[in-house]
Amino acid sequence: MTMRRDDALEILIPHIRNDDIVVTVYQSCFDWLALCPRPLNYVSVGAMGQASSHGLGLALANPDRRIIIIDGDGSLLMNLGSLVTIANAKPTNLYHFLAANRIYEVNGAHPIPGADIVVFEDIARAAGYAGAKHFDNLDSLKKNLPEALSALGPQMLVLEIVPGNVYPPDYEFIHSAEVRESFRLALNQS
Amino acid sequence: MVASLSSKRPVAPNPSGKKIIAQIKQANIWEIVAVPDIVTSDGLLWPISQDPEFRLTRICKEDEGVSICGAMSYNNTRALLLMQQTGLMDSLNSIRAIGIDYALPIIMMVGLQGKEPNVRLADSLVYGVRIIRPILDAMELAYSLIEDPGDEFYIKDVIDKAYHLSNPHVFLIPSSPEKL
Repeated sequence: MTMRRDDALEILIPHIRNDDIVVTVYQSCFDWLALCPRPLNYVSVGAMGQASSHGLGLALANPDRRIIIIDGDGSLLMNLGSLVTIANAKPTNLYHFLAANRIYEVNGAHPIPGADIVVFEDIARAAGYAGAKHFDNLDSLKKNLPEALSALGPQMLVLEIVPGNVYPPDYEFIHSAEVRESFRLALNQS
Repeated sequence: MVASLSSKRPVAPNPSGKKIIAQIKQANIWEIVAVPDIVTSDGLLWPISQDPEFRLTRICKEDEGVSICGAMSYNNTRALLLMQQTGLMDSLNSIRAIGIDYALPIIMMVGLQGKEPNVRLADSLVYGVRIIRPILDAMELAYSLIEDPGDEFYIKDVIDKAYHLSNPHVFLIPSSPEKL
């Protein structure tokens, strides 16, 4: 089973607090920006694979906030060591969602290596995450999300998804100086 | 873009690790992010790892550190990334994106593994050492050498300037800092 990505994100939105930082990448980022625009969305990760590391930096520097990462599976595969780094740093405020569509969606929809076999929650667990869960249907996600987000991090939450509604990408926006400055202002004012 | 930090002849073989660490502290850096490097291991990373004033985040790969330091900078948390020049080479795309394109103050100290004593960087027989400065120049990355005793004393000012201007900066360390 799989979920439409925007449906899964809609379930997450009510659980986001005003002071949470949400780190998003690629198509999940564009979906999230359309569904939940907010000043503390962190969208400028620069290089593919780096969302988890940005999330760790934010978690360590902002211990009183929750850091919600919405990563991609192709992205995470470029930075698997970050799971061990994160587990070793033990940021209790870090929640690592993984939008697992098993493809490089914005790069031609080619399959990721190991698309049919890789078990991301097992990798996270073995790396030392405090917890790891897998969701492939909306009912289960809706039911279990509050508990997962109330557990101490780092937590891995794998969402088995397919694309939903089409939200157009705006790379110019996510790489702009303006979006970074607005994030900085929001972070330091709130 | 190179800033030569000292014209004095060395009075001791190598810069002082203790003085480098003191400058790091004076620059208000308490977050250290590192992959071990044999050049800076004894003089910097081991002492830092045993100093409770620092929080050391050990990373698996150097580009993680670029992102961690960049993300920390948004609320003015200062950080230092310690690595070897091989890791610098491996992280160029992250440095390009996060340091240059995003203009975030990523401060890096880079041990030059293989650098021969008393040989200029440009004359090194080690290809991986010889190409570092041209690469940094091509990337328009500011850098400084911590090569001789006395070079340590400019570190704080360089870090302050990098944060003030929100620019990345690379400190190149060609030889192992003394433990004292």
